[in-house]
Amino acid sequence: MQLFDLVFYVFALITLISGCVVVFSKNIIYSAFSLLFTFFGVAALYVLLHADFLAVTQILIYVGGILVLLLFGVMLTNNVISVDMKTGTIQAIPALIIAAVVAGTLAGLSYSTWRGVGVPAAGGPQTTTGTLGRMLMTSYVIPFEIASVVLLVALIGAAMTARRHRNS
Amino acid sequence: MKEFLLDLLHNEALVYTLMALLPLAWVVPFALFAVWWERKISAHMQDRLGPMRTGGYHGWAQTIADILKLIQKEDIIPSAADRKLFILAPYLVFAGSYAAYAAIPFSAAYVGSGINIGLFYVISISSIVVVGLLMAGWASNNKWSLFGAMRSAAQIVSYEIPVALAILAVVMVAGSFDLQEINRLQSGWFWNWFLFQKFPFLFLGSLIYFVASLAEVNRTPFDIPEAESELVAGYHTEYGGMRFALLFLSEYANMFAVSAIAATLFLGGWNSPFGEWLSGPFWGVFWFLTKGMTFIFVQMWLRWTLPRLRVDQLMYVGWKVLIPFAFVVVIGVGFWVMAVR
Repeated sequence: MQLFDLVFYVFALITLISGCVVVFSKNIIYSAFSLLFTFFGVAALYVLLHADFLAVTQILIYVGGILVLLLFGVMLTNNVISVDMKTGTIQAIPALIIAAVVAGTLAGLSYSTWRGVGVPAAGGPQTTTGTLGRMLMTSYVIPFEIASVVLLVALIGAAMTARRHRNS
Repeated sequence: MKEFLLDLLHNEALVYTLMALLPLAWVVPFALFAVWWERKISAHMQDRLGPMRTGGYHGWAQTIADILKLIQKEDIIPSAADRKLFILAPYLVFAGSYAAYAAIPFSAAYVGSGINIGLFYVISISSIVVVGLLMAGWASNNKWSLFGAMRSAAQIVSYEIPVALAILAVVMVAGSFDLQEINRLQSGWFWNWFLFQKFPFLFLGSLIYFVASLAEVNRTPFDIPEAESELVAGYHTEYGGMRFALLFLSEYANMFAVSAIAATLFLGGWNSPFGEWLSGPFWGVFWFLTKGMTFIFVQMWLRWTLPRLRVDQLMYVGWKVLIPFAFVVVIGVGFWVMAVR
């Protein structure tokens, strides 16, 4: 179990430190790039919780999709058009209140549930893919389909917005 | 393999480190060989001889000499570059491309991690390479580098879709994401390979996978990210010495990774093509590497045959040709699998 603990603390540290860089860095490019390590660390923590499919999906969607898009946006506005983009602190008091409420909720949630969660059973990696797929296609088929329709609508909307209007 | 090493060494941490380092023993010699091979192939296709002097026989030691030179070169970081990201980027690119090797089954007895979702993992982990390329291009603070990185990322993101769809068709036939399971399903003679199953859907799927994977690894005809005549060298314009070597190594590592996946998905991986003849864990490595190298050869052959696409042609091929055909493959295979059950 010692190796497991070591791996957990390494990845927890990576997640926390890179998360702090995301929030506190004044340079928005550094924030965007250190988000990679945050996502990666969270994925690694999922693996340690035996949620292998969730971990890989996390990397595929957050790193491969959202982060790349974010970097594209930042780079195109920051370097090509040479607009100086900096992050600063504005509206400190409302932000502090919201942050405190969220932190309180999370702390309450983890306090009320942490007793029920044990360390994952030792042994070989268990598979979650089959179970997830079956659940999505049986018990949760309606939320699943609604989510896909929402995504499709967003896709069509994006294509419509980006389309070049013909001057007639 | 893991059990054997555990018996031998009795130390979990050491065994896992060894298991993780083992593919490196293939990737580095492979990259050295492939650079030389590429130069020889290009030379012969253009009626030249290529490197002939170093090492005697057909200049076999040329790339070894090259890498020794690169190691000794001064480490230059442009003063206008973003120092931290400039240093970090090559490592990130290499880490991303090497991470894919964790799930590639070299033989029935050796796969870095026999995870159940190996194939899914390989698709997703390659996105770290994209972030690394963007980092390299941006940190160089050079417009050619930035353009190269942008083109590369746009291309990889677009061509990930046909790749994923072609892989999905195979997964539907196999009913598993596990690469070892996919290998086992194709054992026996070569007509059991997925290339010839559900004909012609998976055959078409293999073509789509191969074309799209060329774009994923920035090979001609999809090498617009480093188009020498337009962008100097793309995202690695400012890199020299060891950092350049690392970027180059990860490029070749990526080439072999996509070839290895193609070999596993469509050509039966480590299975012998002739039933029981020369099969087994050791011969498995031989067959696997032979199939992978065949794809590498085709990649090089195409590089010196076809001209480069324009950016708009690239997007046309990706979105209007490969993706619709990939959907045909997915739907066709889906109905076929459903009807057979």
